[in-house]
Amino acid sequence: MNKTKIEEEVTADNQELRSFNLSILTENKSGLLNAVTIIFTRRKINIESINVSETEVEGVSRYTIVIKTTREQVDKVVKRIRKLIDVFWAFVYESDEIFYQEIALYKVPTKVFLNGEKAEHLVRNNGARILVIEEDFIIIEKTGHQNETKDLLEKLKPYGVLEFVRSGRIAMSKSMRGTELFLQELHNHY
Amino acid sequence: METLVNEKQITTAKKTMSGAEAVICSLLAEGVETIFGYPGGAIMPIYDALYDYMDQVNHILVRHEQGAMHAAQGFARVRKEVGVVFATSGPGATNLITGIADAHTDSTPIVCITGQVPSSLLGTDAFQETDVIGISMPVTKWNHQITDAREIPEIIAKAFYIAKSGRPGPVVIDITKDAQFASMEFEYQKCSKIRTYHPVPKIKEEQLQQAASLINKSERPFLLVGQGILISEAQDILRSFIEKANIPAAWTILGLSALENSHPLNVGMLGMHGNYAPNLLTNECDVLIAVGMRFDDRVTGDLTKYARQAKVIHIDIDPSEIDKNVKADVPLIGDAKQVLEALLPLVSKKRHGPWLKRFKDLHKIEVEKVITPALYPQTPGILMGEVIRHISEATKGEAIIVTDVGQHQMVTSRYYNFKHPHSNVTSGGLGTMGFALPAAMGAKVGMPERPVVAIIGDGGFQMTLQELGTIFQYEIPVKIVILNNGFLGMVRQWQQMFFERRYSFTEMKNPDFIAIAGGFSIQGQKVSDRKHLVAAVKEMLGHPAAYLLEVVVEKEENVFPMIPSGAAVDDIRME
Ligand SMILES: Cc1ncc(C[n+]2csc(CCOP(=O)(O)OP(=O)(O)O)c2C)c(N)n1
Repeated sequence: MNKTKIEEEVTADNQELRSFNLSILTENKSGLLNAVTIIFTRRKINIESINVSETEVEGVSRYTIVIKTTREQVDKVVKRIRKLIDVFWAFVYESDEIFYQEIALYKVPTKVFLNGEKAEHLVRNNGARILVIEEDFIIIEKTGHQNETKDLLEKLKPYGVLEFVRSGRIAMSKSMRGTELFLQELHNHY
Repeated sequence: METLVNEKQITTAKKTMSGAEAVICSLLAEGVETIFGYPGGAIMPIYDALYDYMDQVNHILVRHEQGAMHAAQGFARVRKEVGVVFATSGPGATNLITGIADAHTDSTPIVCITGQVPSSLLGTDAFQETDVIGISMPVTKWNHQITDAREIPEIIAKAFYIAKSGRPGPVVIDITKDAQFASMEFEYQKCSKIRTYHPVPKIKEEQLQQAASLINKSERPFLLVGQGILISEAQDILRSFIEKANIPAAWTILGLSALENSHPLNVGMLGMHGNYAPNLLTNECDVLIAVGMRFDDRVTGDLTKYARQAKVIHIDIDPSEIDKNVKADVPLIGDAKQVLEALLPLVSKKRHGPWLKRFKDLHKIEVEKVITPALYPQTPGILMGEVIRHISEATKGEAIIVTDVGQHQMVTSRYYNFKHPHSNVTSGGLGTMGFALPAAMGAKVGMPERPVVAIIGDGGFQMTLQELGTIFQYEIPVKIVILNNGFLGMVRQWQQMFFERRYSFTEMKNPDFIAIAGGFSIQGQKVSDRKHLVAAVKEMLGHPAAYLLEVVVEKEENVFPMIPSGAAVDDIRME
């Protein structure tokens, strides 16, 4: 059967590489992280970032995983994740379907701040804050998207950045439904 | 004791016992009658506890842990029960892995209990410590390590529920030695619910309607029978369904025996060495109804040229199978039996005369070109097909047939005429050579009243032949047929067809198989001449104990038809 134009567009769209955010609700069980990540390993999908934390419901964890892959692949992967016995549900979002943040920490020598105000301006103008001041170094904290935290890194580099670290992405959907209610609905569905 | 282990009684009185004894009592509470296993240091407390329960549970000491797995698989497949395996830590557990992977691919319910080093030694590279949880994770449906004896009943109950429900699969429970020794209060409660797990999805009414409408409008419907039919015991409803709308049905290798071969709507086997008509007509049907099958590449060949003209209705209990390989126009997620029951009243009676005739006409070509020459050969040497024909005739299609992997497997699947469901046991998805001998042994233990015939290549036999020892010790009257072509036949066929006959390491100098069997007091005979074949098959089947029949077959026979790897289903070759 010949493909229609629309079908071709859909196929192309499905095969374009982009970032997807997976949000996975699970039991808090040891070894489960391994069970989740081998699903990616097996398909040679690299995990861009990962974060695991307990939700507002005791005993229920949320994994937030960012991967770069195709729509077609992510749809298959997410079904595999849902199949894991200790997983309640897995959602897949594109970045415009969620609110998300990452947090970055920068360690710079304290003397930079003693030599004039420029560095302090940088911190203030970039929505960052000073987390700690030690005799030798200062730690700056910034919350933002990757391009923003990276931007500040570039700006701080001339002053000498000793260390930089960025967290995995954490995200929330645009739905009004909390975890508890969602789990209840899931339960009722089956 | 009775009250503790009575299967029907769900809750039981508490009793103080060791973790090891709790393992045995939990298994008894699940109704387990047979365990296949092999002891070692880390599982010794469990074996010691077993010693006191020998009158209540049958333990079979295999000769290699892989054999325990395959035996449990054979048992599980014919009994429709969970197979149970014991192994020790380290090498005992790693020896299970091939079998676990096989059970995972072929959705076979198994609970494996492995001993583990004491919890204080975990992570220290202690003697015979391996990360069983880590190693088995990709090939199990679920696994869990127990370090606290009190967890034992609950986790075993969960393991059985998970292994058996929904799409079945293997589960590993790894129990540290200290947990086996520790004392606990035993109380057993069967598991019927896990809050994160929903094994049987609800069927969507709207999709049922859509499916029925497609089927009712269809002029050339075609149904694919997968193992899901057997797992959900949907074989009767399947028959009513296809008979009502006169839908031709073909099967995957694991769907074989769900529909008797003699059924007029059974149009044969799918895939690489399947029948001509169903492969070719996959690309002519207008509605393809796939039931409990996963569109394996050995079935579909080139996906870009697979049933592109057809509307696809995919019925499966596992949502992750939908759109994995073939895009479904109408997915129907649910238990195959429930779905077919719901669908049956919605489909109209149809005849589909001209469409069914297409299958018949194409089949005639295959009969003439391939089937007759395979079953009634004129060749000097014996061909595999005629051996299977004789076995099929002599057993009247009543036997449980267990095949290994290779040419003989394809030939057996093509030519044995099955009458009853759950009668075909083979390693389909993983294609594990060495599967058949132990699996046949397990099947015979599971179904002692039915004849069990293992059909094995000379290569595969030598992968697990040590299980002759188990067959000998427990006097398991399984019939073993070695189709000896002196080659790793299937690989040789590929070398001949696609690698210019460069037979790189596929020819084998074989031992005296009859003498080997003799070493285990198993009788047998070797047949090289066609004129002795019928009598030999008869003698084997009539023999009261295990028997080994070696048939020397044509060295360079090829299995046809064949869809070359990566080609389209309609590129099927007859020679
Ligand atoms: C454990 C394992 N190793 C290798 C293979 C690859 N393989 C598939 S079929 C085959 C040949 C089997 O030869 P034999 O058992 O003699 O059976 P025949 O094909 O001759 O009937 C091989 C080596 C396999 N399937 N399993």
